[in-house]
Amino acid sequence: MANVTLRNVRKTYPGGFEAIKGVDVDVGDGQFCVLVGPSGCGKSTLLRMVAGLETVTGGEIDIGGRIVNGIEPADRDIAMVFQNYALYPHMSVYNNMAYGLRNRGMAETEIRTRVDEAARILELTSMLERKPRQLSGGQRQRVAMGRAIVRQPKVFLFDEPLSNLDAKLRIAMRVEIRKLQRRLNTTSIYVTHDQLEAMTLADILVVMNGGQVEQVGNPLAIYERPATTFVASFIGAPPMNLMSTRPEEIRSQLAGSAAADAGILGIRPEDFVITDQTPAGGVALPLTVEAIERVGAETFVYGCREQEEQHVAATPGELPPGEIIVRIPGTDAPAIGAKIRVAAVRNKLHLFSGDGRKRLEA
Amino acid sequence: MQKQAIFQSKLLPYALVAPQLAIVLIFFYWPALQAVIQSFLLQDAFGLSTTFVWFENYVELFSDPAYFEAILRTFFFSFAIAVSSLSFALLLAVMADKPLRGVMLYRTLLIWPYAVAPPVVGVLWIFMLHPSLGVLSRYLRGLGIDWNPLLDGDQAAALIILAAAWKQISYNFLFFLAGLQSIPRSVLEAAAIDGARPMRRFWTVTFPLLSPTIFFLLVVNIVYAFFDTFGIIDTMTRGGPGKSTETLVYKVYSDGLLGGNLGSSAAQSVVLMVMVIVLTGIQFRFVERKVTY
Repeated sequence: MANVTLRNVRKTYPGGFEAIKGVDVDVGDGQFCVLVGPSGCGKSTLLRMVAGLETVTGGEIDIGGRIVNGIEPADRDIAMVFQNYALYPHMSVYNNMAYGLRNRGMAETEIRTRVDEAARILELTSMLERKPRQLSGGQRQRVAMGRAIVRQPKVFLFDEPLSNLDAKLRIAMRVEIRKLQRRLNTTSIYVTHDQLEAMTLADILVVMNGGQVEQVGNPLAIYERPATTFVASFIGAPPMNLMSTRPEEIRSQLAGSAAADAGILGIRPEDFVITDQTPAGGVALPLTVEAIERVGAETFVYGCREQEEQHVAATPGELPPGEIIVRIPGTDAPAIGAKIRVAAVRNKLHLFSGDGRKRLEA
Repeated sequence: MQKQAIFQSKLLPYALVAPQLAIVLIFFYWPALQAVIQSFLLQDAFGLSTTFVWFENYVELFSDPAYFEAILRTFFFSFAIAVSSLSFALLLAVMADKPLRGVMLYRTLLIWPYAVAPPVVGVLWIFMLHPSLGVLSRYLRGLGIDWNPLLDGDQAAALIILAAAWKQISYNFLFFLAGLQSIPRSVLEAAAIDGARPMRRFWTVTFPLLSPTIFFLLVVNIVYAFFDTFGIIDTMTRGGPGKSTETLVYKVYSDGLLGGNLGSSAAQSVVLMVMVIVLTGIQFRFVERKVTY
């Protein structure tokens, strides 16, 4: 049971490269914190700093009221699940889980109790004598989880633990991890690049980009009110439609409000409606349908605006300039090549400063 | 791409492998066959007549206590050379595996001794430890040690083991370093988080994961100590003093070429050949398949 607090944490490599540029995060006791961001954003480095596998070159890391900057990984009372599981290949499943307990001089009977309990929870009881190479990916993953939970640490750290599993297993394990964490009520920090995993697991979501935190908060709050265009396009799939407010077509519709200062307008695909009307204060756009994707419960309509000229700042998951995605329920969709008109109401508009770094309230 | 080469002429492929075959036949099979034949023959003291004696050379060999002493001595040498060379090389490899400044430079320097030929190794160590010429001998005597490997058989043996082990360290170092680098970092990090201190981490994770490398090197080192130490022994002690540094291979040479007992020497060669075959068999059977953990 512990809080984890990062205060202005920095990491500069000897070559001068700044991997983490001052991060402040506060994870409450028993909370599930997810660090999400594109590859190279520093999220794994940050996690490894919390684990003690990377040195901290600035700021403080506080676990359960104790500054752990100079403390060995072994003494931080944390457990970590690695992306490649990092099981000890020469040890049986039982010994993999017992290793950390033996190193701490625990009595063999207590070790057996704990390992058996963990094996029962993770359905590994019949595999305790096997070696890791005799297990499937999902089973190895569970052993890695078991190795973490037998220790009963203050904090669990997860470094993209599901990225080596196939899609179906990934969803199943995601649910398992969440259930297990709720049940054990252990503070957890989880790193992923998958925004869906991040949304579904997190109590607190930390969106990172380029070694900095873009936004921290409740996942739904972040989804509904992204602080920057980076967050807007990274969280949510398909990504938010972002467009410059420069063209007359859009500027005229936004005129007469605070929104007039905005440089970038964002609208989520599901907030568009195909309609001939323009809602008061809202935005309507004429589109030419270019492609249709039917996935059963919903349909994605890819349309092209006629007069896009300004390219919005490049961000991951961004659409080609002038392209708009509209998400509509069901399978009824306009034909390819059709001219349609889509509109979004006022309170569904996201407005950002011209550089995309600041959200503006309408 | 075609896997099988197509030749226009039927003779060309044979012509292409002929040089290699000729080398193997002339320099390996021919002498081996000669040794086997010779081991069944007995020459008189002046080399004037040769008699076919069946297994008499072998019977004589295996009833000679000196031969068993040589076998024991060779095993002891092999064991001592392999263990000291392997453990020291492992220590160096663990040190060199750490991310330190100039790591490439001293990794390269540690590999150099491998390029030194065995007789040169012998000469090097003699210059350092010869009782009257050696630079280090003075200090040893200064420490009150009566250092004279030319007279003291145990000291001579120690000298041979030292030189032979030193020569092999580079080779072992290279394999250990590669072995260490193939251990996933995350496994060691997991062990660190699991509360294993560096020493414990080494013995419970690194060492077991290196076991395939260790086993492979053990076989290679034993073969080396058996056969490739000839040059070192010949330059340093010539098997002496007495017979205290005479290994099986050196005995083949001294009995046959120096002692003129070609029949016995040939029989010893055949025994050694059998040993090589067994060792190679072990290597193929276990090492190629890899030690499982």
